[in-house]
Amino acid sequence: MNFLELIRQPWPWYIAGPLIGLTVPALLIIGNKPFGISSSLRHACAACVPANISFFKYDWKAESWNLIFVLGIALGGFIATQFLADPNAIVIASDTQQDLAALGITDFSGLMPADLFSVENIFNFKGLIFFVFGGFLVGFGTRYAGGCTSGHAIMGIANLQWPSLVATICFMIGGFVGTLVLLPWLMGLVG
Amino acid sequence: MKNTQENFVVSPSAPDLTPEQKPGVQNEQRNPENVANLGRYLIVGVLFGIVFVKAEIISWFRIQEMFRLDSFHMYGVIGSAVMVGMLSIFLIKKWNAKTLSGDKITIAPKTFQKGQIYGGLLFGLGWALTGACPGPLYAQIGSGFLVVIITLLSAMLGTWTYGYFRERLPH
Repeated sequence: MNFLELIRQPWPWYIAGPLIGLTVPALLIIGNKPFGISSSLRHACAACVPANISFFKYDWKAESWNLIFVLGIALGGFIATQFLADPNAIVIASDTQQDLAALGITDFSGLMPADLFSVENIFNFKGLIFFVFGGFLVGFGTRYAGGCTSGHAIMGIANLQWPSLVATICFMIGGFVGTLVLLPWLMGLVG
Repeated sequence: MKNTQENFVVSPSAPDLTPEQKPGVQNEQRNPENVANLGRYLIVGVLFGIVFVKAEIISWFRIQEMFRLDSFHMYGVIGSAVMVGMLSIFLIKKWNAKTLSGDKITIAPKTFQKGQIYGGLLFGLGWALTGACPGPLYAQIGSGFLVVIITLLSAMLGTWTYGYFRERLPH
């Protein structure tokens, strides 16, 4: 097996996790930046629609590194998908497949469920729930919490900050409730 | 740990804003960001985005498996990332490591506020629905899932709405 074939396979957690963890010292050493991604949403608001709101009145240009970092993430997504894609279909736990099939999600061929994340759903109720409502909760919740999985769960806990542990526990509780209660309810609504 | 932490500069912040809510204050970087550094952040972002896709962290299904306790994958990813991050910060503090430009490395502490509970729960619900925290949103768009642009715009709207109502929300 050559190198390209090897890295085209899905990467196990013990490779991916440590590489993500190394982002923390990389950003600190490059320019004393704390690892965090949800802040980019705030900087984008401050740059595009500050609307005289005090929360968005700051020198966002001084934080432009964060916008460049997330641009890099999108570019990395492009490179990985275009040149390093796994030729085989994603393997999803059979229990999860059964649970989702019971909710009407039956296409397990891609990284994202085609039953939900397709262009034709943009203007219907599914799109409203999964893109608009879901995205709103992500943006509102992360900023209210002062960080996301990167800023709190990884950077915050790695720096032994107990408020970040509280935030992370709440992310997980919200996720369990969202998956086990909210998702079945919403899928029942959209039919 | 306590002793080494005291060597760290605690950045001043207004009482109504926690450090992480006040950009530009948490890092006392006086030198303007040079272009080479911006290129470095881009490269770290690219590598990070590749890991996101190759470990299938951007997959809605992986997040479902995590919240249904059907797979260890995401717990392994986040757990080992925290461990490596923790060890890195420990060594940076122990060795008093400097940035590339020779500045002292400082990390602002996180101040507790109730928003971490309310906001955390709301974000968790959104995480389950969208199958993405903010990082994977960008990687999904780059991977060609263009409908996620709607999710990202809505996340921006959510952040904006938080900013609009911030003073009236319990913290």
